[in-house]
Amino acid sequence: MDAFSPIPALIGGVLIGLASALLWLGNGRIAGISGIFGQLLPPARTVVWRLAFLLALVLGALAAAWLIPGLGVGGPGGAPAQLASPPPGWNIPAPLWIAISGLLIGFGTKIGNGCTSGHGVCGIARLSKRSFVAVGVFFSVAILTVAVTGIV
Amino acid sequence: MAANLRLPYLATAAVSGLLFGAGLYISQMVDPLKVLRFLDFTAIPTGGWDPSLAFVIVAAIAVMFIAVRVGRSRQAPLFDTQFHEPEFHHIDAPLVGGAVLFGIGWGMSGICPGPAISLIAFWPDNLLIFLLAMFAGSYAGALVIPSGRDKRLALAR
Repeated sequence: MDAFSPIPALIGGVLIGLASALLWLGNGRIAGISGIFGQLLPPARTVVWRLAFLLALVLGALAAAWLIPGLGVGGPGGAPAQLASPPPGWNIPAPLWIAISGLLIGFGTKIGNGCTSGHGVCGIARLSKRSFVAVGVFFSVAILTVAVTGIV
Repeated sequence: MAANLRLPYLATAAVSGLLFGAGLYISQMVDPLKVLRFLDFTAIPTGGWDPSLAFVIVAAIAVMFIAVRVGRSRQAPLFDTQFHEPEFHHIDAPLVGGAVLFGIGWGMSGICPGPAISLIAFWPDNLLIFLLAMFAGSYAGALVIPSGRDKRLALAR
């Protein structure tokens, strides 16, 4: 097994769950990241809390990396973060590969109303039928994509 | 003043974001290559599969599951007048099509939207390209999909 880390994974998962629980019980909002950043542009009165959440999301990762260094990637004790390279032999420039990935993720999560957090964590916890379908589809397709491209 | 501009409301959003970001770092979901090693089921037969991500999502769902149950016993959240429960119920084409496209993009890079934003803290090469593309994709989605919340509701309610 390559770098299997169940304990930090569980602790991190509990923190993500607590973050979602707090936003739900405090403000009645779903902690879905694609939804939170996807509604920054229209003249939404909700833009202030969305920006506060997203800024804190960055600061939270940064602070944790300084307080608990060396868990893997990021921060003073960690390896530099790296994005994935295109599959070997595909002859596609890395920036283009990353841009296509970003476009698909932005577009797909917008029309599908959610991502790993909104559908994956909050939707499953709410026992939403739509979220069960979305999660089954995007996990299967992502696994298939990795298998077909041989990117790992 | 609108409920969502008061200090306790904004502080709740900020603390939630802090916890979320810390969770993404501690679980190492901020490492796209680790996420890809979870998604690489072809490594299961050879023993090279990294199942960590399953522990992240199951733990997060378990905590949120309890919170949703607590919420159901209450009229309203602490700092707003109502729970903003999603109003969509039907399984429709945009839901499934969107999940397919998101799945392809996620499998190409190992980045989903939460880690994408929190990676700003560690600023890997090409992240800006990724973020601009994700934002552009999201904006394009808002233009393409039956525009306006009412039409979307009519389709998916």
